[in-house]
Amino acid sequence: MTEEKKQAAAKEQSQAILEEQRRLRKEKFLSNPALIIGLVGMVIIVLAALILPAVSSVDPNEMKVLDRLKPPGAEHIFGTDEFGRDLFIRVMHGARVSICVGGAVTIFSSILGTMIGIYASYFKILDNILMRICDGLIAIPGVLLAVALMAALGASIWNVILALTVVYTPSIARVVRAGALVAREQVYVEAAKIQGASDFRILWKIILPSVVSSLTVQASFIFAQAIISEASLSFLGVGIPAPAASWGNILQASKQVLSKAPWTAIFPGAFVIISVLSLNLLGDGLRDFLDPRVKGGRKG
Amino acid sequence: METNNKPLLEMENFHIYFRDRKKRLPAVSGVNMTIHPGEIVGVVGESGSGKSVMSQSILRLREHEADVEYEGSVVFEGQEILKLPLAQMQSIRGNRISVIFQDPLTSLNPVLTVGKQMEEVLILHKKMSRQDARARSTELLRLTGVPYPERCVRQYPYELSGGMQQRVMISMALACEPSLLIADEPTTALDVTIQNQILRLLSELNQKLGMAILLITHDLSVMAQICHSVRVMYLGQIVEEAKTEELFDNPMHPYTQGLLDCIPHLDVDREKPLHVITGTVPPLSQIPVGCHFCTRCPYATEQCRKNEPPAVEISPGHRVKCWNPRMGNEKKREENAI
Amino acid sequence: MFSYIIKRIVSLIPTLLVVSVAVFLITYLMPGGPATAMLGMEATKEELDALNEALGFNRPFLVQYFEWLGKMLKGDWGESLFLQQSVLSAIGQYFLPTLSLALLAELFALVFAIPFGILAAYKRGTTVDLALVTSTLFGIAVPGFLLGMFFMLFFGVKLQWLPVAGYVPLKDGLWNHLRYLILPALSLSTVQAALITRMTRSAVIDVLYLNYIRTARSKGLKERTVLLVHALKNAAPSVLTVVGQSFGTLITGAIVTETLFNIPGIGLLTINAINRRDIYVIQGVVLFVTLLYVGVNLTVDILYGIVDPRIQLGKK
Repeated sequence: MTEEKKQAAAKEQSQAILEEQRRLRKEKFLSNPALIIGLVGMVIIVLAALILPAVSSVDPNEMKVLDRLKPPGAEHIFGTDEFGRDLFIRVMHGARVSICVGGAVTIFSSILGTMIGIYASYFKILDNILMRICDGLIAIPGVLLAVALMAALGASIWNVILALTVVYTPSIARVVRAGALVAREQVYVEAAKIQGASDFRILWKIILPSVVSSLTVQASFIFAQAIISEASLSFLGVGIPAPAASWGNILQASKQVLSKAPWTAIFPGAFVIISVLSLNLLGDGLRDFLDPRVKGGRKG
Repeated sequence: METNNKPLLEMENFHIYFRDRKKRLPAVSGVNMTIHPGEIVGVVGESGSGKSVMSQSILRLREHEADVEYEGSVVFEGQEILKLPLAQMQSIRGNRISVIFQDPLTSLNPVLTVGKQMEEVLILHKKMSRQDARARSTELLRLTGVPYPERCVRQYPYELSGGMQQRVMISMALACEPSLLIADEPTTALDVTIQNQILRLLSELNQKLGMAILLITHDLSVMAQICHSVRVMYLGQIVEEAKTEELFDNPMHPYTQGLLDCIPHLDVDREKPLHVITGTVPPLSQIPVGCHFCTRCPYATEQCRKNEPPAVEISPGHRVKCWNPRMGNEKKREENAI
Repeated sequence: MFSYIIKRIVSLIPTLLVVSVAVFLITYLMPGGPATAMLGMEATKEELDALNEALGFNRPFLVQYFEWLGKMLKGDWGESLFLQQSVLSAIGQYFLPTLSLALLAELFALVFAIPFGILAAYKRGTTVDLALVTSTLFGIAVPGFLLGMFFMLFFGVKLQWLPVAGYVPLKDGLWNHLRYLILPALSLSTVQAALITRMTRSAVIDVLYLNYIRTARSKGLKERTVLLVHALKNAAPSVLTVVGQSFGTLITGAIVTETLFNIPGIGLLTINAINRRDIYVIQGVVLFVTLLYVGVNLTVDILYGIVDPRIQLGKK
């Protein structure tokens, strides 16, 4: 009887602790404007990129000579470009491309970087080799490396993803390795080793979870960087090949007609800025949110 | 020591509040204290008692780091310090009043040489040339017992031992021959042997230069060694003050008694557990009504929890802020009698 | 100090080896290899094989790599396929405008970033701080070329204060030279200015609440001295790091900016080389800029040792 009562009390207590934790987390989330603004901004852009091109019947590549360089108005809310294409739908398609490229680069470089960083942190010899390679790649300025790779590989959406993944993987690897090095010094890793856990288990079940938060923060910055880099590559003409709509392409095209039709630059430009800003805010916000030392409402 | 001359520093009903967002936290509440020229006054208390905040607020150092509000008055050499404009405050800092801090390594700038850090005080306040300042720095280091002072001025703080670093801090504080030296836990971070050397040095300098010292510490044995009189602080208030011998012989406040009981003695029975004061200092946001010590006092009564006790002068110069001052002593006597 | 510098340089050797392999791979991995680049896409298989044979492109990777590395070390960076000059002389010819642009941009960035960073740190938590931090967020989010387009439109076309595009070498007068560089340099520097402001702010905040700053104040030093001597000297290493890193970003950012403003620098050289598949020039530019970048960061490392004496001894 009493045993049951004790158990019930203990259960109640742990329930209360969980609830308290949940409440604190909620409070911490609500007192983090950067995180909220960043999250909202990204959700809006991602939804717009996913939904609008799918439901719209307007062809982003349809040229109407009569509608050339129309300023924003009722018919074309963002105006039209020099070929009479509707800018709104082009910018939305561009959002799709930019989010896809940025997202793919972030995912691929996170996976690769995590594997490199985690193995490097755990095996001394691998560490020397892998980190020297990362140092070498980081030493080559990022956009330049991407431009050179694009020159070698040729312009295509997959090559943009490949080139930018090569550029951003080392920085993820660095962050993961730094976190993993701290984690492997912890007592619980030692304990797992003594209990005979395999290296594989220690790496992926014990060390990986402890680096996830710094990885997430870094990943959101990489996402922002990748969007800017993709736009720069396309702007230079070595990114996504021309007729496809990407923010970089639209901006490149607008360069020629800038003084006559500034809206052709303003709208895609604004989207680049808003998405990069949102992602950076998301990263800043996540850093505070995931940092146990930062309490709700107060910033370090 | 003369006590009837004009006081060097007079604190009256001194309050210090920290503003944290919308809250207003009282770090020091209504402290009265007088320091006479040449006197060594000790302030003792646990961490969180407000002793460091109070001492640093004499120079108004905390207002650069936090939102601070003052009430009451602090008069130094006839000047009301709390209302001085910053520029005038700066001409007192390091010149008429100096401070030495707890951890000498972190209190010295790591990227500037010892010489540079000492010279800047002399150049600023004494308008010395760089050469004269260098010569005077060397002299000061010699005065505080630093061997090879000529080499020391060219060194960086991390190249010196803890004891040497604290001697450098003291030399720097002495540079302009201040009339008051605030020593904020000057020996806490040091080894016991070095601790005694530093204390002896402070005591010597007090006799040689006639400089008053306000010594902040949590260690009563440090007090006993050099202080003329002692103030015991708890949660922002002075709960007891007396001449050093009087305080040690005849402690009146249960908190003082508790602190004294915490000092281990070799002559007593080792089987007897070491006395501790139960509980911890409550945070500033939870200061109790009535006597501040009532949550931890073994003799607290209903009255203690309701009303704040006044400071009563028990004998000349011995004041205690307690409703039932003798309680602990009597109890002890009873214990001893049994 | 001397041994510290030597140690730094030696530690760079593995990094540079990796860089050289990566740069070599750029040509090696090119679909069809360098022969296709030279002969064009229309070349027949026989022609390609003949050229590959003649130039040794069908030998094993390592053999080719070491031969290439040896040549590079001797200063033979190959010939441009189109410019009728060696890669190194082409880089030399196109480098000055880029250097001017990058230095001016760095100057702009520092002139804004250091004082604003210190100010934001000092006024931490106030409206001034909030305003500055918010502007840095925007600064980081705006790509340089986008800003450049708007500067062109506003200052060049609308207000006509400054030339829209083009370049005048330094020998035609300093003001003429600078006039053409101001808009590109401004647009290039914004991101760096924002990054350096943020770094300066956080580096100064990190030291501003340390004990020795309190000591400095307790000595009666003026706030200006406390900030500029005691705080800034300690914050300097972190600030220097971003400044060093920013230089690499500036040089590469210049590629995009130069294309936009039509400045005959390394960027234009690269873009032209890409359009003509002038592979040795691309390779040369990547290597050259990387060496420059590594050199700048080495200098920063050495400066650390001078600013903070603890670093030389490895105590920090």
